[in-house]
Amino acid sequence: MNDFQPDPSWEALPLAAETRSLTHSVGIGRILDQGFGFLAVGAGISVLALAALLGWELYQGAEEAIRRYGMGFLVSSHWDPVAGRFGALPFLYGTFVSSAIALLLAFPLSVATALSLTEFAPVRLRRPVLALVDLMAAVPSVVWGLWAMFEMVPWLRQTAFPFLQRFFGWLPFFQGSIYGVSLLAGALVIAMMITPIVTSLAIEILQSVPLTLREAAWALGATRWEVMRVAVLPYVRSSLVGAGVLGLGRALGETMAVTMVIGNRPEIFLSLFAPGYTLASVLVNEFAEATSEEHLSALFEIGLTLVAVTFVVNSLARLLIRSVPFFFAPRPLRTESMETSG
Amino acid sequence: MKIPGPWSLFLLLSSFLAWFALAPPGGKSKPLINGAGASFPYPLYARWFAAYERLDGTVRFNYQEIGSGGGQQQLLHQIVDFGASDSPMRQSLPQTAPGKILHIPMIAGADALAYNLPGSPPLRLTPDVVADIFLGRIQNWNDSRLAQINPEIALPSLPLVVVHRSDGSGTTYIFTDYLSKVSSEWAAIVGRGTAIRWPSGIGAKGNEGVAGQIRSLPGAIGYLELAFAAQNRLPYADVQNCAGNYVRPSPESVTQALASSPLERGDFRISIANAVGPGAYPIAGLTWLLLYEKPPDRQKAQKLLAFVRWCLTDGQALASSLDYAPLPPRLRERVLASLPEIR
Repeated sequence: MNDFQPDPSWEALPLAAETRSLTHSVGIGRILDQGFGFLAVGAGISVLALAALLGWELYQGAEEAIRRYGMGFLVSSHWDPVAGRFGALPFLYGTFVSSAIALLLAFPLSVATALSLTEFAPVRLRRPVLALVDLMAAVPSVVWGLWAMFEMVPWLRQTAFPFLQRFFGWLPFFQGSIYGVSLLAGALVIAMMITPIVTSLAIEILQSVPLTLREAAWALGATRWEVMRVAVLPYVRSSLVGAGVLGLGRALGETMAVTMVIGNRPEIFLSLFAPGYTLASVLVNEFAEATSEEHLSALFEIGLTLVAVTFVVNSLARLLIRSVPFFFAPRPLRTESMETSG
Repeated sequence: MKIPGPWSLFLLLSSFLAWFALAPPGGKSKPLINGAGASFPYPLYARWFAAYERLDGTVRFNYQEIGSGGGQQQLLHQIVDFGASDSPMRQSLPQTAPGKILHIPMIAGADALAYNLPGSPPLRLTPDVVADIFLGRIQNWNDSRLAQINPEIALPSLPLVVVHRSDGSGTTYIFTDYLSKVSSEWAAIVGRGTAIRWPSGIGAKGNEGVAGQIRSLPGAIGYLELAFAAQNRLPYADVQNCAGNYVRPSPESVTQALASSPLERGDFRISIANAVGPGAYPIAGLTWLLLYEKPPDRQKAQKLLAFVRWCLTDGQALASSLDYAPLPPRLRERVLASLPEIR
């Protein structure tokens, strides 16, 4: 390798000359290099500064409400702008429940879709379906909301909810009168919105599994299902959880579409057919017309709460991801190898 | 010629700088009057601005429909030259302001009570029935009190679902102002405001959201800005007024409500809900322009006042074409006489 000599004719090529002048650690190249370094560091810092500024501004706006209501803000369920009483519990409840249901519905569906595309479907199908999934991920929130309001909600009211009530009406979650707009309708629209994103990520993740792993499993005589279980899933499990977390982050902050179908009622009902409310929805609904200082301040605190909730959920999920490989990932491989050897 | 990468970048930057330095300053400076606030009267304001800019070429307007609350806040912080609001400012607010704020009524609007019943029969409502519907006391369309005031139609046995605005809105202020006036119970339990704690029903975003819910949910009833109910061809109810007459909402019946409302407070922060006139539609309200009595920029203020005068005279004709109610002549004169002189 060391006796490699550059062809002298390369000197004549403009590209080579330019590359050389850029890569030299003297002159303009060095200045540009340092400039780029500063720029990159600056960009990195600006993200942190932006986050700090956001937190600070929200805190300043919310200061009055924090002083006035204290912890009562998070545990009271009375939201009355006229009387100046503000409690965020119904919004917290609605945000958690709708996001949790949405993730519960969307995550298995997304992973299953991704698996069927990468493991079972013919390769020819993969590209068009992938393009379709990406297209769905790009549909604006308000379009989902309009579709949900005019198509999904009437269908839920006339067909799906009566069906659920008939067969599962003994559960407290499916009791009470049916309006169509409800916490469950909100959860469903969130599920539909995060499914394309989680699917898209899951496909990327599954495609990253080294072919050698799959081939090794095939070579051991594993069936398709076993290849998936032994070679593919353990390798990507933590990444898949990460994809779910990204979906959850989107679910927590989802605003317009949810507002249009959730019924916007700041009360806690056990029934999923009853209207609910989320943190993001009350912000988009009331912020523009909040005329009193205490109302505005309470809304700022809602914003602060939403940021805090997102932060906490993301951090918890990160911890979960970190712990996942130790608890789950190696084990199936090991047991499986023992089974096959034994 | 071959220019190396870094130098082409440098040339590009310097040519940009040169372009900025040599470019002539933007056209002749016209005073730009900034406003912000209510979205309810925005369609009319937009038309007024356009029409007035054609009349007076020396002025330009910029109006952001960010909501009444936002308009009040921006005026208080002197970010805008005028605010616009569907609900009058509370007494406590102008005290934190750098100067006295004037409420100038521009036009009035009404809320229609739209509903979804099979066959869309004409419906009449009385104040106490409206209050009990929205308090959640009347839960089925076959309620005897509804049947009593609507003897000609056969009301079905159908759950009654209240649909209200979930977003803060001047439309909600007008409606809750009315309910607070006709029902002492409503005033005690709920009160009036742009966003309130609703005792019953489901919330939908915007007039279009409420209209959509009413359209798709049999048995639903809700309040809509009159223009919206009319344009969406939803049936809406005749409401009994103070004089005992059932009145259909229209720009004319709202103007009658305006004409019969007394100017009690000395300024124009008046409520025209439940007005006494025989032909007055009871669920109506004013929308205001908010200005400082002594604005910091006199040149702009003069232009703005000239515009307000035009809106209250020639401009009023544009109102009814958009289903807003023009002010009656007597009120208009009093408003015009009250405008401050700025020289």
